[in-house]
Amino acid sequence: MAVDIRDPKTFQGPDAPSDDDLATCVHCGLCLNACPTFRVTGLETESPRGRIYLMTQWQRGELPYSEDLARHIDLCLGCRTCEAVCPSGVPYGRIIEHGRAELERIRRPNPKSMVVKQALRQLLGHPRRLRLAGGVTRLAQRLRLTGIVGPGRQLPSLAKAWRPPPGNVAPAIGERRYRVAFLNGCVMPIFYPHAHDASVRLLQLAGCEVWFPPGQRCCGALHAHNGDLEGARELRGHNAAAFGLESFDYLVVNSAGCGSHLKDFYANLGARVRDLSEFLLEAGLPPPEQPVNVRVTYQDACHLAHAQRIRKQPRELLQALPGIELVEMENPDICCGSAGIYNAVQPEMSQRILAEKLDDLLSRNPQVVVTGNPGCQMQIEAGLRERGRGDVRVQHLAELLVAAYPKVS
Amino acid sequence: MALPAAVLHDLERIVGKGQVIADPLDLRIFERDASITGALPDAIVLPATHDEAQQVVKLAARHGLPVVPRGAGTGLSGGAVTLHGGIALQLSRMRRVIKIDPEEKTALVQPGVVNSDLQHAASHHGLFYAPDPSSQKACTIGGNVAENSGGPHCLYYGVTTNHVLGVRAIFADGSSAWLGGDSLHQPGYDLLGVLVGSEGTLAVITEVKLRLVSIPEHIVTLMAAFPTIETASHAVSDVIGHGIVPAALEMMDQVTIGAVEAHYKAGYPTEAGAVLLVEMDGLRESCTELTGTVRSLLEQNEATGLREAADAAERELLWAGRKGAIGALGRIRPNYYLHDGVVPRSRLPGVLRSVSEIGEHYQLPVANVFHAGDGNLHPNILFDLRDKGVLEQVEEAGEEMLRAVVEAGGTLSGEHGIGIEKNSFMPWIYSPDDLAAMRQVKEVFDSAGLLNPGKIFPDPDREPRLLARAGLCAEARWW
Ligand SMILES: Cc1cc2nc3c(=O)[nH]c(=O)nc-3n(C[C@H](O)[C@H](O)[C@H](O)COP(=O)(O)OP(=O)(O)OC[C@H]3O[C@@H](n4cnc5c(N)ncnc54)[C@H](O)[C@@H]3O)c2cc1C
Ligand code: SF4
Ligand code: SF4
Repeated sequence: MAVDIRDPKTFQGPDAPSDDDLATCVHCGLCLNACPTFRVTGLETESPRGRIYLMTQWQRGELPYSEDLARHIDLCLGCRTCEAVCPSGVPYGRIIEHGRAELERIRRPNPKSMVVKQALRQLLGHPRRLRLAGGVTRLAQRLRLTGIVGPGRQLPSLAKAWRPPPGNVAPAIGERRYRVAFLNGCVMPIFYPHAHDASVRLLQLAGCEVWFPPGQRCCGALHAHNGDLEGARELRGHNAAAFGLESFDYLVVNSAGCGSHLKDFYANLGARVRDLSEFLLEAGLPPPEQPVNVRVTYQDACHLAHAQRIRKQPRELLQALPGIELVEMENPDICCGSAGIYNAVQPEMSQRILAEKLDDLLSRNPQVVVTGNPGCQMQIEAGLRERGRGDVRVQHLAELLVAAYPKVS
Repeated sequence: MALPAAVLHDLERIVGKGQVIADPLDLRIFERDASITGALPDAIVLPATHDEAQQVVKLAARHGLPVVPRGAGTGLSGGAVTLHGGIALQLSRMRRVIKIDPEEKTALVQPGVVNSDLQHAASHHGLFYAPDPSSQKACTIGGNVAENSGGPHCLYYGVTTNHVLGVRAIFADGSSAWLGGDSLHQPGYDLLGVLVGSEGTLAVITEVKLRLVSIPEHIVTLMAAFPTIETASHAVSDVIGHGIVPAALEMMDQVTIGAVEAHYKAGYPTEAGAVLLVEMDGLRESCTELTGTVRSLLEQNEATGLREAADAAERELLWAGRKGAIGALGRIRPNYYLHDGVVPRSRLPGVLRSVSEIGEHYQLPVANVFHAGDGNLHPNILFDLRDKGVLEQVEEAGEEMLRAVVEAGGTLSGEHGIGIEKNSFMPWIYSPDDLAAMRQVKEVFDSAGLLNPGKIFPDPDREPRLLARAGLCAEARWW
């Protein structure tokens, strides 16, 4: 069978999933059809129940570590759809992140995993380096060089990177009702600067003074997602200090993956973290000033719908726009296959999942696809381009909302 | 037993690369369904079409290999467990709703279609598929047909067999036929009736024609809390005794309510001894009138906190809680074992008392959640497999509970099937002649005994006890 069998009792690193977490799974199977990898393969081995069973056997010394075992864990998107539907309360997100950490500990380092880990650590953690990389990519795109290399096709065409305003504060428009901190993030400023501009404007319109803590770094979500719990811990310590410098009411995040990570992992900040949509609906926006006449469909980002259970808020905000027509997909809350860097490390499965998403999406004939996470946006944009449907725009929720307020945009 | 490379190769030629799985690690992941039993298959084969499935069955017949159809593996009686090894024929790739005919109110589907996906597709036409097992978000139509599954709404609408118009079947020798047709009434032998509920032992089903019904004009969902499970049982008897057949009539006890509320936050009263969910549907006027009668009957039986779902979202939430109940019990103990015996409704309170006494005797928590309207019990014995020796206790307790059911004039299973969990109890309710008659049917369809062997019939050569029987448990492994 599989190669590379090692001591079966290896499942014991400091970050290994706990037996109690694993034991919460009663093997009922109610999560199967919710899992994107099960839906496309039909295989128990690519289902949440199968993966939990596998890790349980591994943990209890019944199954030895093998490359094959690792493959099933690698193929998990970490989308946590299973967790949201599991009646038994299986903490799948925690289980898989710890399972990955355990894999990373045991597995012989291979070139791919090394590249991923280093890329995450060296690039994402450092805003300046990332901006530089973005600048290089932008140049390459201008010179039309990116089409040549595979992954380059995934990337959206880049505008000038977003930067926080001078003084790191943006004033409220009208009466100041809140002071919120803003997560600059690592991917958003480079790939989707307009979404950041729009988000900040909406916050200002909602009566917020927005503070951009200087010295903040990547939140560590992608590190944790890929089993680098140590890298994530380091960033956490750093950010806890950066956000601790001044006082604020809420920490607003406009990227689903980051919001979910902050809520789950940041002990002192977590309770004050709000997704942009969650916050805007609660705080209230001024009445829209002009209609937004488009037909849109909304793609639930996994880390909003499943990890944070936020589904209604973005839809309610959209529906409050005059002129908008919101058409729902058959399965709006199924992953698009982006899942952090999954699309880069598991391209085949990612493409299969994306294909189903695009079929569903295009059958609704939307002009705009709205989502709340940069990874999803990138994945769907790339998919639409490949299908020759670049005419369908993909936008962050904030970009569409802000279109109703022309005076400020 | 590993299959010869040549056989694997031939299988792969039929279904394509990547659709035959024989890696021992992968096979381990397929060893179980949602019951507590398990056994290793020799290969998993995933056909994409009827023709592929047929060729696989033919090939298996040639080599004398057992074939066990598998849907989603949510079965609760070990039906999809490959007790004698062989091929697990995984039908999840055949998941297409082929056609919905809104005029005729029928659906033609592949067997791997998930029950709730069909519901979704039908809803676009103002229709629904009535049998709604609590596992509907995952279980397949093929599995539903094979187990003749029920669900909360089967009290009024009838179980799966009342909704299957026809099936395309592959028999053990690889031959194939369409049984049934466009209406529930077919001349000649009712072979379709024989296949529905045959637990994968008579044929592999590759297409199903189903009856759909119109979504009713009006639906009222009532939740009522009772001080005890006994008062709730009396309320059930009273409602039915008045000649009222609600669309659904479900009960949950206090243990279940607590677990469910923790996940679904559906607003179940956690302090109540029992909760009933009652649903009425039909034309608005008659529905409203019926609701009035039911309300007063419930109140006469000490119901408190009667709540009517205000809208579809609230109704859905109330049902989500009920349907996720068994899974939610994982919050109390990581493993469950449940039987689904049926008792005459009048005997409900007495049998429930016995069930609770048995639980106390073995010091095992028991949660009751069930189709009260049909007298279809689901006592869930909760345990943690990591406790040494607990499995024996659980099995004994389960057997005693089932005996109490049979002694009260009841039967072994309402909807989960016999599988390998209850086959050794079959002689409790059937005479040797009855069983011989059933065996003859099996012989006609499958003389070589290759389709899902070891199920339904008691096997005198094997230990009657589950623990000793399923290969997995014999090793007393963790799982
Ligand atoms: C939480 C939970 C709640 C449940 N609630 C209910 C309920 O309310 N009502 C109810 O009736 N059941 C219920 N069940 C039991 C189970 O879901 C049903 O028996 C369901 O029909 C099984 O479907 P499946 O696709 O999972 O089949 P599997 O478990 O994969 O297989 C079940 C049996 O069907 C056979 N089979 C599967 N597909 C085919 C096919 N195409 N051709 C021939 N044979 C086939 C298999 O060989 C096996 O014997 C519940 C289970 C769980 C875990
Ligand atoms: S993860 Fe949850 S839903 Fe899935 S099999 Fe386990 S208990 Fe059931
Ligand atoms: S996290 Fe997503 S891909 Fe992974 S098992 Fe759960 S549902 Fe499947």
